[in-house]
Amino acid sequence: MHLPSTLALLPVGSSAVIHSLPTGRAGLTRLRELGLTPGAKVEVVRRAPLGEPIQITVRGSQLAMRNHEAEHILVTPAEA
Amino acid sequence: MSAPDSPLLAIVGNPNSGKTTLFNLLTGLRQKVANYPGVTVEKKIGECWSQHGKKLRLIDLPGAYSLNARSPDEAVLRDVLLGRRSDTPKPDKVVLVLDAANLERNLYLATQILELGLPTVIALNMIDIAEGKNWRIDVKKLSDELGVPVIPMQATSGQGLLELKSAMSREDLPQPRWHSAPLPEEIRASVLATRAELVLTGAVQEKSSLLEPLYLLSDHDPLHAGIKDTQLGQISRGRAALEKAHPGWEDQLVNDRYSAIEKLCREVLVRPDQEPVTITQKLDRWLLHPIFGGAFVLAFLVFLFYLIFKVAEGPMGWIEAAFAALGSWVTGVMPPGDLRDLIVDGAINGVSGVVVFLPQILILFFFIGIMEDTGYMARLAFIMDRLMSVVGLNGKAFLPFLSSYACAVPGIMATRTIDSPKDRLITILIAPLASCSARLPVYLLLISALMPDSVSLWAKAGIMVGLYALGTLGAFGFAWVLNKGVMRGANAPMILEMPSYKMPSIKGILLLVWQRAKAFLLRAGTVIFGISILIWAASTYPKSDSPDASVRLEQSIAGHAGHLIEPVIAPLGYDWKIGIGLIGSFAAREVFVNTMAVVYAVQSEDEEDMTPLRDRLRQETRANGKPVYSPLVCISLLVFYVFAMQCVSTMAIVKRETGSWGWMWFQLAAMTGTAYVLALMIFQIGTAMGY
Repeated sequence: MHLPSTLALLPVGSSAVIHSLPTGRAGLTRLRELGLTPGAKVEVVRRAPLGEPIQITVRGSQLAMRNHEAEHILVTPAEA
Repeated sequence: MSAPDSPLLAIVGNPNSGKTTLFNLLTGLRQKVANYPGVTVEKKIGECWSQHGKKLRLIDLPGAYSLNARSPDEAVLRDVLLGRRSDTPKPDKVVLVLDAANLERNLYLATQILELGLPTVIALNMIDIAEGKNWRIDVKKLSDELGVPVIPMQATSGQGLLELKSAMSREDLPQPRWHSAPLPEEIRASVLATRAELVLTGAVQEKSSLLEPLYLLSDHDPLHAGIKDTQLGQISRGRAALEKAHPGWEDQLVNDRYSAIEKLCREVLVRPDQEPVTITQKLDRWLLHPIFGGAFVLAFLVFLFYLIFKVAEGPMGWIEAAFAALGSWVTGVMPPGDLRDLIVDGAINGVSGVVVFLPQILILFFFIGIMEDTGYMARLAFIMDRLMSVVGLNGKAFLPFLSSYACAVPGIMATRTIDSPKDRLITILIAPLASCSARLPVYLLLISALMPDSVSLWAKAGIMVGLYALGTLGAFGFAWVLNKGVMRGANAPMILEMPSYKMPSIKGILLLVWQRAKAFLLRAGTVIFGISILIWAASTYPKSDSPDASVRLEQSIAGHAGHLIEPVIAPLGYDWKIGIGLIGSFAAREVFVNTMAVVYAVQSEDEEDMTPLRDRLRQETRANGKPVYSPLVCISLLVFYVFAMQCVSTMAIVKRETGSWGWMWFQLAAMTGTAYVLALMIFQIGTAMGY
């Protein structure tokens, strides 16, 4: 059993599974609608040259978000 | 546009699903662009013919990720599909465009729309990209599960178009069968209660399903486009009650929908264990590389600005020469008199002043079109986002702001790509602070008047760079203040989708360039044309018999206006003659140079040559024998030109793009007020210090 980490802390190139997002925050609801629901697999593809935003793959689409959002998204390591 | 009896089909889909490419392919040039009344969302309608010669009317609805609207664009989509907009009839059928290579996420909006129950056909677009990833999509199964025809196609090449068209014109297009998951009982009960209330006030139709109140309760559009003010209270009370009874109800509905979509995808989509590396991934390794990515952005921008400032120079010269030739032709064939002066000095000059910016605008929009179409625009925003976030903007504001260094008009028109209404408004408000090309002649004249010829070119260039930097700092300062103080509402989170790279559709881009250029000529053109005639009249009437042009100008309305505003501008160090120049600048800043040439009756063989005017400025003295254009006055004037809003075309575009006179006046007051205060401080403090 691993303790959940956040999407913002995930190293580039690694994958994880969405554990939870805080409810009731408008911006995070949109991220859910874009596919970041609990159980979905995410991969951190890269960070922008200036460190932010981060680019992730989720459900086959490529999304970018800032740490401000990513640090609220809890993830658990993907089973290998 | 066409007989009302032909069916209306709505084209609907996610952003980047190829929706607009398909719309262009279907309609060709038979389309009209307007705005939905009350919001700055483009309304595109067009028509096409089925194989059997039957006319179909098409409406290209804004791209959206969800019917839970988060922007005016998404609210328009929701309201048109629910038949809630009085200006747009409810569509008879829906053409749902899905990106096959991003099927799972695209099915989120698709399933929401299928549940509305309109007869639907699905265009499974970009099937080639999905095949390139070795995806196998069971089209037959997908069609069976959703209950509507699914046509695999490729809008960029036109493959599958015939099949789609014949499905679109089917009389018996089926209503979808799909329902993802029933609403949880307790949420359903709450929505029912709110619906009963909303029906009472007429906010929703009596016969509406539960979906209309549901999507109104989950409206997150900060502008609440499409919801009447009288209903807002009711809806937010309903929302609060629902939130209290079932915290996180919205999130639960999203999770439920994705569970149903995952189940569907397991049945219709087979993905290989190891997908081949796509072209997009290969390109992004370079274009988003920490070093090469930034270098490419820089190279691209240098190239773009070279085209805008250097290459556009040629056509701009031809346009000016053509209008000048027209003017002298009219002068030759018409008898001298007021009418001839009106036509030559007022009308032809005015139109020339607008059309001359057309080459820059065409180049800019062509490049913006290429960047949008290929998918590079999202990468540019990705790279620049961190920088823009310092002042509270996001990466999508970068290109519109940068374009404003050429001309604020196309810059402001380009803000339509910013989806957060707050960010878009701030970008529109700060864009004119970027030193546009019309300020350049004014800067050149004043810098040369300010500094003796002995001063090196480097020092002059240094001042020029300083002026550009000052405008940029001012813009960022304004953005920061607007973001922190003036504008209410939390910032929308920056969420950017990075679409696959695609070959641009040149036809589609040219169409976009044409539409934008037309909008510019019509909107800005008519206003600046009117103002040019006004300013011509103000500087001509009442007429005096003096042979001296500068005396005639002094006797005119403009001359009197210059005297009238002298008490206001005297504390900045300006006299009434500069006042006339400032008034003239409101048509366009570069007019200052010509106006001052008339004020001081400077004749020059070559209009480009500013030396005679510069020498005249240096000789001009006040009553006490001191020069008018002291270094302090020149600096005060330069700073005034950096900050002041003096461009009627920009104001016309701001009015159009914000849909509000209020923001236009606010911008005018804020910019010109800042200019005034700074110029005042410079002159007064400088004078007190003995300069």
